[in-house]
Formats: sequence, structure tokens, C-alpha cells
Amino acid sequence: MSGYPEYMQASLEKVKATRPARLEKARKGREVVKTMTLAEREEVLSNFHPDYQPDARKPIRIGPNKGEEMTARVVDLLESYPSIDPDRFDLTRSDYDTDILIIGGGGGGCMAAIQVANAGLNSVLATKLRVGDSNSMMSQGGMQAAVNPHDSPAIHYLDAMGGGHFDNKPELVEALTMDGPMIAGYLEELGVMWDKDSEARLMTAAGGGTSRRRMLSCRDYTGAEIQRVLRDEVKNHPDKITIVEYSPAVELLLDDKGEAAGALLYNMETEEYIVVRARSVIMSTGGYGRLHIKGFATTNHYGATADGLVMAYHAGAKLLYMDSVQFHPTGAVYPEQILGFLITEKVRGLGGQPVNKEGELFVFPLEPRDVEAASFIRESTKRGLGIETPAGRVGVWLDSPLIDLLSGPGTIQTALPAMVRQFKRFGIDITEEPMLVYPTLHYQNGGIEINTDTETTLPGLYAAGEVSGGVHGRNRLMGNSVLDYNVFGYRAGHAAVQRAKALSGRKVKLSLDHVRAFRAELEDAGIPETSHAPILIPEYRNPEVLKKHRKNYDPFIGRFL
Amino acid sequence: MDEKEVEVKAPGPDSQAGPACPDDKPKENLIPVFIYGKRFFVPESFTIITAMEYVGFQFKKAIGCREGFCGACATIYRLEGDYKLRTGLACQTVVEPNMYLVQIPFTPAVKAIYDIAQLKPDISAIQRYYPEMFRCVACNTCTKACPQEIEVMDYIQEIKRGDLAKAADLSFDCIMCGLCAVRCPAEMVQYNIALLARRLTGRYLLPRSTHLEERLTELKKGKFDKTVEELMGLSPDELTKRYTERDLDFKVF
Repeated sequence: MSGYPEYMQASLEKVKATRPARLEKARKGREVVKTMTLAEREEVLSNFHPDYQPDARKPIRIGPNKGEEMTARVVDLLESYPSIDPDRFDLTRSDYDTDILIIGGGGGGCMAAIQVANAGLNSVLATKLRVGDSNSMMSQGGMQAAVNPHDSPAIHYLDAMGGGHFDNKPELVEALTMDGPMIAGYLEELGVMWDKDSEARLMTAAGGGTSRRRMLSCRDYTGAEIQRVLRDEVKNHPDKITIVEYSPAVELLLDDKGEAAGALLYNMETEEYIVVRARSVIMSTGGYGRLHIKGFATTNHYGATADGLVMAYHAGAKLLYMDSVQFHPTGAVYPEQILGFLITEKVRGLGGQPVNKEGELFVFPLEPRDVEAASFIRESTKRGLGIETPAGRVGVWLDSPLIDLLSGPGTIQTALPAMVRQFKRFGIDITEEPMLVYPTLHYQNGGIEINTDTETTLPGLYAAGEVSGGVHGRNRLMGNSVLDYNVFGYRAGHAAVQRAKALSGRKVKLSLDHVRAFRAELEDAGIPETSHAPILIPEYRNPEVLKKHRKNYDPFIGRFL
Repeated sequence: MDEKEVEVKAPGPDSQAGPACPDDKPKENLIPVFIYGKRFFVPESFTIITAMEYVGFQFKKAIGCREGFCGACATIYRLEGDYKLRTGLACQTVVEPNMYLVQIPFTPAVKAIYDIAQLKPDISAIQRYYPEMFRCVACNTCTKACPQEIEVMDYIQEIKRGDLAKAADLSFDCIMCGLCAVRCPAEMVQYNIALLARRLTGRYLLPRSTHLEERLTELKKGKFDKTVEELMGLSPDELTKRYTERDLDFKVF
């Protein structure tokens, strides 16, 4: 029985009708449709990618990146007032005194914490929800690492640079690609179960914009498998790592030299603030999907509210490439209950094809993500060949049944168990019927600028993972984010240890003067105090209910004032 | 009924604008659910999470990825007229009329502390850290409780038999929500036991990839240093040329 409404059946029949011919072509060679030239890519991007619309960006009026164009929603967030009053805190006393403070308990933070513990130093791992609750947990498709004989870190380097429109910081890409195989081995040592074939070789798949099969995977639970192993390892060091959950950081604390020396945490349960003093601070708070830039649905974790960007910016750290947003081409658009859910790129890596209402394959399935997403938007809007959903949304088909026809029955069930389960819950069998997809807000391409030691422009502050910028230029390739948080989480741990050791024994005075200065700068720029940041928790409550709330409710910080 | 005519549109997990207040809307589309014992009316197509937000809850725990991957929103519920306690993920479970529900943000279960490098990949590790596993009465309650439809009891039996790799395979889709452990009459922590079995399998039992070993040796010898360095030194035009002219080779090995 079909999981789709009656009116979609005619289009589904067309998809079925064109399938044998598409299958034939896919069996013969790799270019089922010609790939785009750089000029063609530019054309579809400039006309259809949300980043290129006239209202997508605006210049920021304050802070280290003053005058630079950034994504408009990000500018609004960075031009928000600090959510705390610095005068209310006694910073002469600290609740935690530690070597290294790690803010964010996702993949990057956990990887860093393990390195710090192994080096014999103490850390506080502060996180907004539970350790491991993060985008890292949600990545499905895989992690790039050049392990195949006919592949190399150099080819990986070229793919990543081209995918990022050559804006990537070369030395960061070098670190990413050269460390890839080491990380694959390191995770294996920790007990990550990589997919392997009958001859014990790591299984690899292609991804958008890769010129080789380079995607290592753990079925389609790659992120979950890595994250649960990292989390377990973090919890195996209770003597070294102090986990502080449900307590997001809200501002960094600086020392008398203006260097990062801790943070102010907010205990969301008791609503008290906690002072943490440390010799190095690692920021690994992840991205910003929950800002719903340009109204897009998102694949991101509930906690992805850009807190780290805000805190770092308040403290004077420079950001990079905050003008570029990644929209994942394949977010679910039907059924409505799973709107925006990530459908892994692995579906296309295994041979799934995007087809329009008429059953035509309209774009090479594995163009870089921004190009692929822009093509989906063009097909659904200008060309009018999308499929409308009962809720009035539009999408294109992602022909998954093709995978079993290409690689044998059972392939989908084995390689994509999470996807099968997800759709089955809502009555759709993706081994028999395609999925309906549309681009969804997925990744923060830019972030806090770092060097290969993950140092930011603020001494004492390190950044790793999605919160950092420069590794991916203006467009990240699939599988490079999982590699990113592992490589740079690892490096951040080691670099922060070096600093903490060098500063051992130094007593410093903590300060929130930078928050006062930031507020003054906002006032001088004539920016009205209409919003506060970091926002910590996205607002999804029914506005009708909020209207009836007691007054002085601040929707921007999600709290009563 | 044509779905297009439904007035109360599901905002989905990510929509900023929630639908209108329940009082303003025809009651046909709304169904009663009991959240922590208190009755609310919610749209019938919503998941438990979106329904709770619809009536005004703001989550500060028992919330996570909202896509069924993190296990943060474990929920126990009962349906009217039924004695059975059911389990589900709040982000994946659509509300039902007269559902009585409560969320379990985390399970205060034991997690053993170990050094994976010091363990042997056999039953001795489990015996040492989770001896209570051997109290399993094979009642299958864990399997019935699993929102991922994992054969939990089966993988526990495999571990008892000493087949950690089989248990690792069977438990692979576990998201560690804790519902099996909450329901277990033998009071064991299936999900942590399975995690240990998987880590032992990944580290010791799965064969090491020879390709990876070779690549690591090559890297140590600096085999790629020059090529990457050369690429880093190219002008933007030269680099673009190298990129567009690179060969695509998708052979497996």
C-alpha cells in the first residue's frame, strides 16, 4: 500500500516508469547525468541558493568583524544585548577551579576532554543538555578519511578546497585531511565499529563533491556510534573530567590580561549562575540550525542556537565566513511530522536519485551540497516540477528503491536502517517508494576563526567543530564535519593542555568587563535593546499561549525577566 | 476528509510559528491527552513533543535531536481503558486520544568505569562489570519496551553465550534511551552492557583493515607531505584548474 496521498500517485507512477532506464544508465557508469561546470554551478547558485538572495546578508555594526557582511539572522543575534548584568556577580569566588573548561558536550568537546584526561589534567565539561546531546549524535552518512589505496589526503584536500569554493584556510584543510586516517584508527581503538567488508576492508562510499569513495560509515548511525563511544570514554574518567549537565555557558570570563580564563554557566534547573575558573577554555558548542535562517526547517539538534559564537564575539574573538549557510539538499518534506528531518546523503551515495514530478532525473545526484540544494529549489520553483504536499509545501522525489535494484535486495535495510525505521513509523516503505525531500538548514559553514592548533584570536580560547570557521570555506562536503570535530577536538585538547601547563600556578582575577564594553558598543552604535543573546533554548511554544503569560516575558532569552 | 482543508496545520518540529490557541479552533481536530496527569487538547497529528509545545511547554530537558537518534525524550504512557504501560520516543510518537504520559529525561542506571585497553573481548568483562546480567529471566519485557524495535532480550542471550560480536550487531541501532533498563525485572542495564559489548567488538573482534594500517605507515613516512604542500602553494587559478581537471574514480578498491 502506498504511504502517499491519492493525488501523488500519478507522479509516483511516472517515477516507477522511468526507473528501469535510469537503473540501466546507473549500472553502466557513474555519470548518470552530466556534472555541472563551475560556470553552471555559479549560475544555479546565484539564482536559487538562499545565501544569494538580496536580503540574505547585511553588514554587522559592532565587534571584531565590524563592517563585514554576514547572514542577516546572525547579525541580529550578534547585535543582541548580553543576557546578564555583569554587576550582579562576585567573581572573586569560583564554584569550579580547573585546568581546562570545555564548553559543549558534543563530539568535539568529548574528544577534547578525553585528550585532556589522558594528559593527566582536570577539566570541567559543561553542556546545555546531557553529554552527547548534539548534532554529532545525529550525523548519519559517514566520516571522510582517505584510506583507500587509490585515494590520498592530497585528493581529499583538493575535493575539500573545491567544495568550499577555495575559501577554506589551506593549513586547516591540510590538518583535516592528513589527520583523517589517524582519527579513523584512533576511533577504532576506542571501539567504534566501522563498516567493513568480507575482506576486512573499511567500506567506503562516495559523497557530494568527492572524487573518490572516502566515506567511512557505521551503517547510517555513524554519528551516534562515534558519539556514544566518546561519551562512554568521557564517563570512564570521573576522576579527571567533571561533567556539568543542563548548564550552558552564557558568557566567557577573562583574566586581567584579557585572556580567556573561564565562563559563567547558567543552571537551567535552579536558575543560578556558576563561576568556572580555568587556564584554557575550549569552545565546542556546535552550530546554529535552530535560528531557522530565512524560515527554513532544520536538521539540527534542539540545542543548536549559536551560543558559542555569541559568547566568543562578546569576548572579542574574530569570526570567519559568517555569510554562508549550508542547506542540506535532502530534508524530509512529507509527512509533516518529520518535516526537516535529515535524509542522509548516503542515500545518493548508494545510488538514490533525485527526480522531479515527471520522473526525470534533473541533476547529477552528487554535486556539492550547495549546488545540489540550489538545483532542487530551481526544480521546485522556477521550473514548477516539484510535488506539492497536503500542507502546501513542495519537494522533489528521492528515488531510494533504486538502491536495492542496483546493489541487491536488502541493501537499503542493511545500509540505511535508521531511514527505513524513520519512514516506517509514518507508513512509508522506502524500499518500495521514494522519499519526498526539500533543502533544509543544516550547517554553519563559518564560525570562530582558528589556526591548526585551534587557537582563536582571543588568547586562551580554543574552538573545535561546527562553532569554528575556516576548515570548510563557504561550503562543507559531506563527512567532513564528523572528521572536523574529531581532528580539531583532538588538537584542541592537546593545545589547551600545553597552555594550562605553562600557566600552572598562576592566579588571575576574573572579569566581565568585556560584557560591559560590548554593551557600551551596542549603545554607541544606537542599536536598541530589543533582544538578548545567547538564546540557549529555541522558542516553539504556541504564541497564543504566550500571549496569556504573565508579563515581562522575554521571548529572546526564553525567560521571565 | 481532504487533508488540505484541515485548519490546524502541524507546525512540525521546526516551525517557528505554532498554530492557533486550542480554544479558538474547532474541537474535532483536537484530542485530549494527559501530560503529567493534567488534561490538554492537542491536534491529533502532532508528535508528543510538538503537542506539548502547542499547549505551552518549553523543554529544558527530555529533549534532544527531535529525529529519533539521541534517546533524550524517552516517554512512558498508558492509553485509556488499558492497563499496559507503553513506551516511545516523544519526538517519534504521534499522540493518541486519552494518552497518559510522562517523560524520563535520563535513567539513573549504573555505568561501569573501565579501561577498554585492559579488557579481554569475552564474557569475563561483562561478568566483572555487570554480573547482574546473569539474573535475566528471559521475560522479553526489554524487547517490548524498545522504541527502536531491537531484539534486546536476544542480544542479552548472545552475550550470555559469549558471542559479543553477535550482540554488538543486534544492538547496533540502540540509542540508549534507557527504557529497557527502566522496565527490566532483573534490574540490569541492557544498553550499557550492549555498549561495552560493541566497544569490545569494535576494538578487538572486528578484523583490522590492512589498508588503514598501510596508509598510517605511509603518513608516518611523510609520503603525502610534498604533494599536499605543493597544492597549498598553488595560485588560486592553478588550484581551480587542478580541481576541475581532477579525475573521478569511484571504484571500490
